[in-house]
Order: sequence, then C-alpha cells, then structure tokens
Amino acid sequence: MNALPLLLTVFVACAVEAVEALTIVLAAGLTREWRSTFQGLAAALVVLAAVVAVLGPALTLVPLGALRLAVGALLAVFGLQWLRKAILRGSGYKELHDETGIFARQVAAAKTAAATRRGLVSDWYAFTLSFKGVLLEGLEVVFIALTFGASQKNVGLAALGAAAAVVVVAGVGVAVRAPLARVPENSMKFAVGVMLTSFGVFWGAEGAGASWPGNDAALLAIVPLTALIALGYTGLLRRARLAAAAQAVPVPVTSAVREEDMA
Amino acid sequence: MRNWLRGVGAFWYDFVIGDDWRGAAVVAAALVATAALVAAGVNAWWLLPAGALAALGWSLRRAISGS
Repeated sequence: MNALPLLLTVFVACAVEAVEALTIVLAAGLTREWRSTFQGLAAALVVLAAVVAVLGPALTLVPLGALRLAVGALLAVFGLQWLRKAILRGSGYKELHDETGIFARQVAAAKTAAATRRGLVSDWYAFTLSFKGVLLEGLEVVFIALTFGASQKNVGLAALGAAAAVVVVAGVGVAVRAPLARVPENSMKFAVGVMLTSFGVFWGAEGAGASWPGNDAALLAIVPLTALIALGYTGLLRRARLAAAAQAVPVPVTSAVREEDMA
Repeated sequence: MRNWLRGVGAFWYDFVIGDDWRGAAVVAAALVATAALVAAGVNAWWLLPAGALAALGWSLRRAISGS
C-alpha cells in the first residue's frame, strides 16, 4: 500500500481525537489553572508514549499473517463503530458532536468542583480532567496508529502522522484559545470510519488466507465501495427520519387555511 | 480488585465493541467462515466485506427502530 493513505488516515483520525481532547484541556485550563492542567496533559502523554514504546516494537515481531488477521478484525470492528456513529449523526438520529456545548458543560462542572492539593499537583480536579481527557482520546489514536503502522511495517510513519495532527490542532488551539467548533468532525469521522473498515476487511481477509483480486489494488475498489454504501445508508436513514417526522407532526391550522385560500 | 478488573473489562469492551456487539460477532463469524472456505479451496475474499457492510446495515436498522 502507498504510504499516503496510511499517513492521511492516521492524521485525520488523530486530528479528530485531538480536537476533542483540546476541548477538555481548554475547559480545565481556562476555568481552573493551567499548571495542573499541563501536569495532567504531560502525565497522559507519558502513559501514551509508554504504550507505544512497549506495543510498537512488540507488534513488529508478530508474523505478518497473524498480525493482519488480528489487526484486520479489530480495525473492521472499530471502523464499523465509527461509521455507525457518523451515519446516525449524519442522518439526524444522533446529535452532532458539539464542541461548544461540551466545552460549556465541562466549564460549568469545573467551576463548581472544589480545589484540592495532592503532592505536586495544586488542583487535582484540573489534573484528572486533563489527564483522563487526553488519555482516553489518545488511546484511540495510539490504537489506530499502531495497528495501521504495524500492518504496513511502518510504525514510524504512522507516529509521524499522529504527531503532526497533534501539533497542528494544539497550535490552532493555542492561537484561538477556544474549542475548535468549526472543524467538520462528523465528516472526518465518516472518512476515518470508511478507511478503518476498508483496511480492516482487506487485512482480515488476507490474514484468513484469502487472496484479493489485483492484490493491493483491490483497495481502490473497497474504499469507494464502502464509502458509497455508507453514504447510501445515511441517505436512507435521513429519508426514513424525515418521513417519520412528517407523519408525526400535524399540519398547523394556519398553513392549512392558507393552502385553502390559495386553492 | 474485582471492581477494578470489571472496570477495565468494561472500558475495553466499550472501546473496541461499542454500542452494538452484533457487528463484532458478524466480523468474527465472517473471518472464521473465510478461513474455512479458503481451507476448502474457495477463495472467499468477498465474504468479509459483504458481512461487515451487511452488519452495519443491520446495526443501523436496530438503532433507528429503537429510537
């Protein structure tokens, strides 16, 4: 596989998670105090780096067939999860991820929590909020970067894509000092879901012993086909929701009168 | 200790499987079936993508029927 899809997939996936982590870090830092927030951020990054340092080299030792079977299964399941959420959000069945709303809720909660000192951390609430936010969002990035990178025998490039996304999002976040609400998160999640599912089924089937027609070139058909079917599901769900809404809402008397007047 | 293990298990279940375990079950079954067909001499490259995308449709259908 070309290195570009690997780099782009990891970059976009990481950017989405970094935007979500940034919202939490900003809420903690702006509402509580920056020192404890940065301590939490640094502690989470150390844990994530340790996970990469341990799992990265270990994954490269696994035989490629077994690795692709396991990674393919995990990526397909993970990708279907992302796609499912993106389709439900895109069709209106689930609320869109609202960074401004999440930021407001985190700020409201942070304002009411008491400040307690533990060891070197002067505000434990800010520390744990920042630590948990970065660790949980970061684990998804580590998972995607490691599985993609290991399957391509190029963990370094995947790590580069992830690091670049973090730098870009952090840079914009520092400049704006507000949640990045304008980032089209759902479209990005949809794209990442398509890529994860496509590569998951590709590597999974290879790992199970199947040979793809055209070898790696099969991905040029799998990725657009997955995207088309997912877009089709989104369209079908959107139409079903609108039809259900139209049946549920009675026609207002005023508009009915106007229609009679016009007839 | 038991609570901690339960918490860790719940976290990883939610992390990998998510809201609907059926998608994971279909992917696992499709992989096993692919391996079995390949062992029987059938190059079943088509089975996993078909299963995964069908599972997605099934999961979505269940999600909206419950909403």
